[in-house]
Amino acid sequence: MSTELVTMNIGPIHPSTHGVFRMRVTFDGETIIDAEPIIGYLHRGSEKLAEERTYTQIVTLTDRMDYTASMTNNQAYILSVEKLSGIKPAERGVWLRMIAAELQRVAAHSVAIGFLINDLGAWHTPLLYLLREREKILELFEMMCGARITNSYLRPGGVFMDAPDEFWPALNRFLDEMPERLNDIENLLTDNEIIISRTQNVAVLDKDDAINASITGPMLRASGIDWDLRHRNPYDFYDKVSFRRPLGTVGDNNDRYLVRLHEIRESLKIIEQCLDLIEPGPIKPEEVPFLVRPPEGDSYVPIEAPKGELGFYLVSDGGISPFRCHVRAPSLMNLTLLRDMVIGYKIADLFVTFGSVDVNMGEVDR
Amino acid sequence: MELNKKDFNYPLYSQTSEIDIEEGDVINKMKRENVEEIPVDDLSSNDELKKSAFVTSVDFLLNWARKSSIFPAQFGLACCAFEMIASAASRFDLARFGAERFSASPRQADLMIVAGTVTWKMAPAIRTMYDQMSDPKWVISMGVCATSGGPYYDSYSVVPGVNKIVPVDVYVPGCPPRPDALLYGLMQLHEKIRRYSLKGKSAGNND
Amino acid sequence: MTKELTGNEIKSTLNENYHSLIDSVEADHIVLKNKKEKLLSFFENLKNEKKFNLLSSVTSVDFLSKFVVVYHFTSIEKNESIVIKIPCGESRKEPSVISITSVWRGAELQEREIYDLMGIYFDNHPNMKRLLLWENFDGHPLRKDFVN
Repeated sequence: MSTELVTMNIGPIHPSTHGVFRMRVTFDGETIIDAEPIIGYLHRGSEKLAEERTYTQIVTLTDRMDYTASMTNNQAYILSVEKLSGIKPAERGVWLRMIAAELQRVAAHSVAIGFLINDLGAWHTPLLYLLREREKILELFEMMCGARITNSYLRPGGVFMDAPDEFWPALNRFLDEMPERLNDIENLLTDNEIIISRTQNVAVLDKDDAINASITGPMLRASGIDWDLRHRNPYDFYDKVSFRRPLGTVGDNNDRYLVRLHEIRESLKIIEQCLDLIEPGPIKPEEVPFLVRPPEGDSYVPIEAPKGELGFYLVSDGGISPFRCHVRAPSLMNLTLLRDMVIGYKIADLFVTFGSVDVNMGEVDR
Repeated sequence: MELNKKDFNYPLYSQTSEIDIEEGDVINKMKRENVEEIPVDDLSSNDELKKSAFVTSVDFLLNWARKSSIFPAQFGLACCAFEMIASAASRFDLARFGAERFSASPRQADLMIVAGTVTWKMAPAIRTMYDQMSDPKWVISMGVCATSGGPYYDSYSVVPGVNKIVPVDVYVPGCPPRPDALLYGLMQLHEKIRRYSLKGKSAGNND
Repeated sequence: MTKELTGNEIKSTLNENYHSLIDSVEADHIVLKNKKEKLLSFFENLKNEKKFNLLSSVTSVDFLSKFVVVYHFTSIEKNESIVIKIPCGESRKEPSVISITSVWRGAELQEREIYDLMGIYFDNHPNMKRLLLWENFDGHPLRKDFVN
């Protein structure tokens, strides 16, 4: 009996491809022989539009790129603008920025873990638990700036609105309750036999291959390399707080899931330290003009976003809009080795691997 | 495409250029031809209510059955997809309004919620999915990107409104609309479905 | 703190035989000449001997008289970062640069995107196809003379 290879199209509309992602895959029975990812179904031309908007208006374009982590997108862009134009931010604004960024990291990692476990077959239970926690964080964001997901909270020099009085007791309540909820989820999932047998030693990523393919973020830390930009190249006030970086050993799907789970706990500790150190004061310096006009030059400041290294390369010619704005998107880089990671495994592992890479199509396509 | 196992020694991406060029031609044709809004029958004019002077009990039963169990198709494209997921999660529960099962297959769905920015590259897939749904079917356009292009209306690759590709019944504005706004839009769609009648305008003639 | 090397420090870390490739030394970057034969061995030396093993980003800018390709490299062991710029396409005619995909795998998708949006061709790239826009799209959008 002879069999033939079959090439099939998966996507762009499919319940398991998180967003509009398409793949052409060649199968031999159920084993994957080759895969070709096709992207571009959400390409909106943000880089070209950024050349026609002012520096403050681009903040609204940036938080629609990685739409599960708007605060860190804004932070990366604003740090690049501040380096280019020489604005020194206000202290209270920087502490508020850090609290917002760490809360956003908790929310983004919850979404990543929730959808990964959803693809494994735990039909919606962990996802609904984690979305319930995410709703509490979105309520906190609504108190701070009025919007739930696409916030546009940051401005050059600080933030645009101070947190109201009822924000601080709500934040303390959230910080008290969240570790117990995480314990609930860990008891349910981490030692579960199905998850261990389906994710251990699947899609192993080697250390040197990962660095060579420009992979950063939790994926790189799951392969065993201690490279975290908050620790090695601190921006804002990350050198005044202390936190640990969870590292994996093997680099398989199980390690990527566990690294994100432990990073949520570390983020909660960072927020507690920020609460001790924040002081009352102005949230934005007085001398920042309404229309920012940086001098000629270029700048690139990378930050540690929940998905990896995110940076904006801005070129200025002295006007009110940038001459060129390029986004170094971590989700696009992390997709480089998807083809090599899935060849040889079964079709059921394809979506689990794709979920553990944690891609966001708004950032891949921009 | 089928290959002989012995001959497979080159990567897949080197063989797919012709397919890509064919798909590119389809997209270029759609971009040239779809420039006008597709009209949809509006049931709110007074003449319709006067012609079908009273709603029969058969109409009432049919409309009640259709609007109480309207199953959406999973169609999240961009940021609005997360507000759609949040409106189906436990805090703002969409299932209490009848939308119990988000079905993955378009053949078993009644409603298509277009949530997110529509690009020209994605347009043929949306039209194919709309054609595969069976009558009666409705479309809600969620968010300003699907309504009119949104913050990206002057971009080179964004469709300025999904009503150039499929006929839309209810528009929900917002960037992104809160889950409460999507629930209100769904309730407006229930109001529209309530007005169909077998003698006047019956559901399912939207093409 | 990652040390961002100035132009003179970059020049002093390079080998002597590559100094002929350097066009000019600026405050925070160096500008190289577009000599395709020597550039590949220069990049291999940069990765293997000088340990700049993480390619942060490859991007391109359209100054109206020429195109410029900008590289950002980071060294994980030494915790340093450098910036290199290579101009190409004098008077906007057929810009092309050598591809570094054989040295750093991470450049594969970024170079496809630059070809798609800016029109700069990369020699010896394994899969030079459009990435974000569809085939037969007319033109390259990020150029300054693109009309919508």
